[in-house]
Amino acid sequence: MSTETTTFTTTDAALTRDEMAKIVAADIPAGAFVNLGIGQPTNVSNFLTAEQGVTLHTENGMLGMGPVATGDDIDEDLINAGKIPVTELPGASYFHHADSFAMMRGGHLDVCVLGAFQVSGGGDLANWHTGAPGAIPAVGGAMDLAIGAKATWVMMGLFTKTGESKLVEALTYPVTGLGCVSRIYTESAIFELADGTVTVRSTHGITFEELAERLPVELVKAA
Amino acid sequence: MAPRIAATAAEAVANIHDGATVMIGGFGNAGQPMELIDALMDCGATNLTVVNNNAGQADAGLALLIKERRVAKVICSFPRQSDSWHFDEAYRAGELELELVPQGNLAERIRAAGAGIGGFFTPTGYGTMLAEGKETRVIDGKGYVLETPINADFALIKALRADELGNLVYRKTARNFGPIMATAAKQSIVQVSEIVSTGSLDPENVITPGIFVDTLVTIGGNN
Repeated sequence: MSTETTTFTTTDAALTRDEMAKIVAADIPAGAFVNLGIGQPTNVSNFLTAEQGVTLHTENGMLGMGPVATGDDIDEDLINAGKIPVTELPGASYFHHADSFAMMRGGHLDVCVLGAFQVSGGGDLANWHTGAPGAIPAVGGAMDLAIGAKATWVMMGLFTKTGESKLVEALTYPVTGLGCVSRIYTESAIFELADGTVTVRSTHGITFEELAERLPVELVKAA
Repeated sequence: MAPRIAATAAEAVANIHDGATVMIGGFGNAGQPMELIDALMDCGATNLTVVNNNAGQADAGLALLIKERRVAKVICSFPRQSDSWHFDEAYRAGELELELVPQGNLAERIRAAGAGIGGFFTPTGYGTMLAEGKETRVIDGKGYVLETPINADFALIKALRADELGNLVYRKTARNFGPIMATAAKQSIVQVSEIVSTGSLDPENVITPGIFVDTLVTIGGNN
């Protein structure tokens, strides 16, 4: 997508969730067709501007999804993929599930934003299953979303609760999709992934050198 | 041939037999044919294979069929939810077989069955544990997995409105799996809010042509 010359920037404080969502929203090209995954990515819609003219896709069969429905606007036949009541915008369309996933798998969506347990330096994504013994697996649209759009971006915390990096050399969680992630937004840094190279576009509340020390993958600092 | 018009939901599902494969439309509550599922519960058919996006929620519909151990196997994408306790219990007890399918592959396998396609290569799931044991192929440098059609004996579907020839229109995101399941089952049983006279539906707006519909039943009002 819009990967013109990336200039390295840094801020003193880590990004809040809203700040991350705002940056993702600003990175979405004007006129794009976009699918926002459940969780943190959903928040991105709150920062898209009318001027951007972005059309939101929900995999349960709609383009032109509007904000969450409240009060009298709640309609049980109009929900998003997270089963939350939503609204329709002028120009919206409805379609069945096979068409909806053809839209995704066929590369017609420009950007998909997802959460993740882990991403590898090569862009492999793990976000559907912990693999823990006894855990009941549920995949939903995760594997279709991961590999379908022209660009797949991840929003996640960079570190686990015990301080381990979620940007890894090789996944230890079950794979959702291989080589599919091209950008990662975290509270501490934003990464661009291409051809096995991990470029740090910005750091937040941490220096590039500190980051390079803490992460198990080789990092390149954007010019 | 024009579809049979059943007087009640019980009459509509009366042919469903032990060991049948039954597709059930709906995504969350949108498009879920709740009255037909309740009638399936009452009709006593057991040892069923159920194809649905989920595996039942709370203490209603499909969840009750699972609770009563009437379902031998579920083919779905997202069984585990906060209120899927009957599925969780039956699955953990080893009393319910699960075939987990990524949502887009589920939709396309249903579509393939209805379209007479013997199988297809999809990129979704390639390199993941859900592709284990399946034939794979690299086409133009990209990995694909062979997926096969899912046929059914019956489909239970909710649409908004039908005419006497079984032409269907749906409502908003309640459309989801309905149109493709109607094509993939030997017998499609459809609940609608109203049956209008032939010629009252604009042919340009028909979503499921009546050729795919075998039984109609009118249930309640517009919800």
